[in-house]
Amino acid sequence: MSALPGSHDQRPAKWVWIAGALLLVAALVLPFLVKNYRVFQFNLVLVYAIAILGLNILTGFNGQISLGHGAFYAIGAYAAAVLMDRVGMPYWLTLPFSGALCFLLGFLMGFPALRLAGHYLAVATLALALAIPQLLKYKHLEHYTGGVQGIVLVKPDPPFTFRLLDQPFSADRWLYFFTLAVTIVMFVLAWNLLRGRVGRALIAIRDHPIAASAMGINVSLYKSLTFGVSALYTGVAGALGAIAIAFVAPDSFTFVLAVALFVGLVVGGVGSIPGTIAGGFFILFVPNIAESISKGLAGAVYGVILMVVIYVMPSGAAGLVRLITGKMVRQGR
Amino acid sequence: MPEASLLEVKNLHAAYGATQVLHGIDFGLQSGRITTILGANGAGKTTTLRAICQMVRTSGSALFDGQQLVGKATEEVVRLGVAHVPDGRGTFTALSVDENLRLGAHVRRDKQRVVEDLERMYARFPRLGERRHQQAGTLSGGEQQMLAISRALMLRPKLLLLDEPSFGLAPKIVTEIFRILRGINTDDGVSMLLVEQNAQLALELADRAYLLETGRVAVSGTSRELMANESVRRSYLGV
Amino acid sequence: MEAFVHQIFSGLANGCIYGSIALALVMIYQATHHLNFAQGEMATFSTFIAWALIQRGLPYWLAFLLTFGISFAAGVLIQRIILRPVEKAPVLTNVNVFIGLLLIFNALSGWIFDHTVKAFPSPFPQESALKTAYFSAHESGSFLVMLAVLLALYAFFRFTPVGLAMRAAAQNPESARLVGIRVSWMLAVGWGFAAAIGALAGMMVAPSVFLDPNMMAGILLYGFASALLGGVDNPWGAVLGGLIVGVLENLLGAYVIGTELKLTVALVLIVGTLTLMPSGLFGKRVVTRV
Repeated sequence: MSALPGSHDQRPAKWVWIAGALLLVAALVLPFLVKNYRVFQFNLVLVYAIAILGLNILTGFNGQISLGHGAFYAIGAYAAAVLMDRVGMPYWLTLPFSGALCFLLGFLMGFPALRLAGHYLAVATLALALAIPQLLKYKHLEHYTGGVQGIVLVKPDPPFTFRLLDQPFSADRWLYFFTLAVTIVMFVLAWNLLRGRVGRALIAIRDHPIAASAMGINVSLYKSLTFGVSALYTGVAGALGAIAIAFVAPDSFTFVLAVALFVGLVVGGVGSIPGTIAGGFFILFVPNIAESISKGLAGAVYGVILMVVIYVMPSGAAGLVRLITGKMVRQGR
Repeated sequence: MPEASLLEVKNLHAAYGATQVLHGIDFGLQSGRITTILGANGAGKTTTLRAICQMVRTSGSALFDGQQLVGKATEEVVRLGVAHVPDGRGTFTALSVDENLRLGAHVRRDKQRVVEDLERMYARFPRLGERRHQQAGTLSGGEQQMLAISRALMLRPKLLLLDEPSFGLAPKIVTEIFRILRGINTDDGVSMLLVEQNAQLALELADRAYLLETGRVAVSGTSRELMANESVRRSYLGV
Repeated sequence: MEAFVHQIFSGLANGCIYGSIALALVMIYQATHHLNFAQGEMATFSTFIAWALIQRGLPYWLAFLLTFGISFAAGVLIQRIILRPVEKAPVLTNVNVFIGLLLIFNALSGWIFDHTVKAFPSPFPQESALKTAYFSAHESGSFLVMLAVLLALYAFFRFTPVGLAMRAAAQNPESARLVGIRVSWMLAVGWGFAAAIGALAGMMVAPSVFLDPNMMAGILLYGFASALLGGVDNPWGAVLGGLIVGVLENLLGAYVIGTELKLTVALVLIVGTLTLMPSGLFGKRVVTRV
């Protein structure tokens, strides 16, 4: 991977602001144009987008391959669930707790990860992803985790109600806006971080670690912190997911999820922040469509699309967009 | 009496990625003769040999025994009878001396003669014979060079490419190796293309010489002519 | 005491399977410096093919050999068609491709052969000469089959010209080309062998754990742990690593933490090895020049 195209030193073009504003308006109005279930699905798209963004920070920007982010998603989800169910914490307060816990665990995971690179790190994180569901089912932890059955949560009510476009402001819609707000905040934070000095340091570490170290960047600290932040993002996503679905169980967080996040990252575009939204759409809707065509096909579809993207469009959806807009801009001249 | 032209290179360009190293060089080698390519570091000597073996991106023409080399895979060039002793020797360090030599004959089908050749190598290089089951990486520099040359000879090549055989070796060993090379040329008739930094030794061994400067041929002629050439003497022979 | 010894022997029997998968992984790693994440799913798919052949009425050993051959061919094809284009691509791309293969094979297993758990026959009759005090007939049989295959592989690499060429191509591809070795094909053959060994491991383990699309997931992880423990560039280390991991797994499972946390054990092994002994017990220490 060479330096990212559309480097984050440049100010985004005007059309990006316009497109962004339009998308925002669409996002705000959309829930009232569709049914509750669709709103719930869009909520999950945003949740996955945040999770993928977390993975992107680590793998896309910093070059540390993680096949195990499903583990952090699970930990974030379970932390929120346990706090809500066993401690009675209000749902919105669980987010910082999930985030902090995952940050700590991610940061700790960062230390052995320092010794590993490429395939080895992928294997270690794969092991993490496979071990977590088993750990969650472990009978000695059942009291906290609810064992195989998991924990059933109560979907929070919206704090106020109204009707717009003939649709009530239901729980699903409220949660959607809640997630949207969190998403916007987290994305803006990430964008700011990655486009400045920190982002450049991460990319330097990814591409030329020895040179980066020679330039005075504390590579070890950065890499561990990046792991932590990445885990934080995915953990918060997990918490949001748990709240929206109102249920957590070990079998929701298997290797399938870790792979899905990875695939979402690649399809959306490695190293692209807006790409994560495309990735989120992809991993939510594609399996459903695939399953409706033929049972058991979802995995194959994932696999094939992944291969197609790698060979044909390695920079994912974001790369495709850049290609198209690049052409349009050139023709406009 | 024009001898058969074994290797004829015309307008050869070579590049590493985007960096052009050879800018259209011409040279030739007669069958049974030794040609040397001289020049300073970075002149493109090693690249020339790699270009012949198609190990870098090349364009132009390199006719070997009538066959065009440009565009072929390295393995195919070898199968035509070109053996390359690369800089750094390219020994399979984890394998034994014997295994290295047998690999040299990888493309040959005549098993019986391979066995005979193996024994001939050990006879010619007794030190290798003593160490035939030893791991190649444990050999001294001079022994590894002998191993590399022997391995190349196991191919029974028509053309032997040698990249800086004197590199990093003590003068006494270098003299011995060059004596062996002369023997291989006169006794077995193996043609050689020799790249060397040590211009003195190279010119004493070779018949023709080419001097490369930044990817172009600056001077060419017989070795005697180059040895008499004033600027060559000053810059490369230290005289 | 007897239970303890039995655990050890049982661990050794499992260790054979882990060692085989580890060996397949090491073979590919040695040649390409990549870890094949799809190894487990490929093995499962091969085992399903064997199952289908047996269902069609073929005698066991014929199905066994056919599956061996088909897997070998498939491995070669996969290297030639899918992996060759990304040979020089960055690590992330290769990881992607392997994950893609993993997904496709897993889905194919489920789609073609469905998800019901199937019984897979053991070729070693229960009450035969193979049954000993500590090994069941199947365990002894698998052990012997594995041993035979490993010895055959060793002989192949050590004594045949092709084996020598493959070793050379793995160690030093550039020099290998200079002696005329078609390095690309050597890689393909390596993949073929790895796929065939994987199929073997699958067919040996299926009678005990029953055949379903997710049969090999945990075993793959143990395979990784074994390969890493033994030193990922050392085939003997892989096999030894497998035996060690097998015994450890059983002992820990029986006496320390119970059998439910096997994958966590694998995780700890992997992370521990990579952190404390990156080149494994028997691997070569690699020093990279800056």
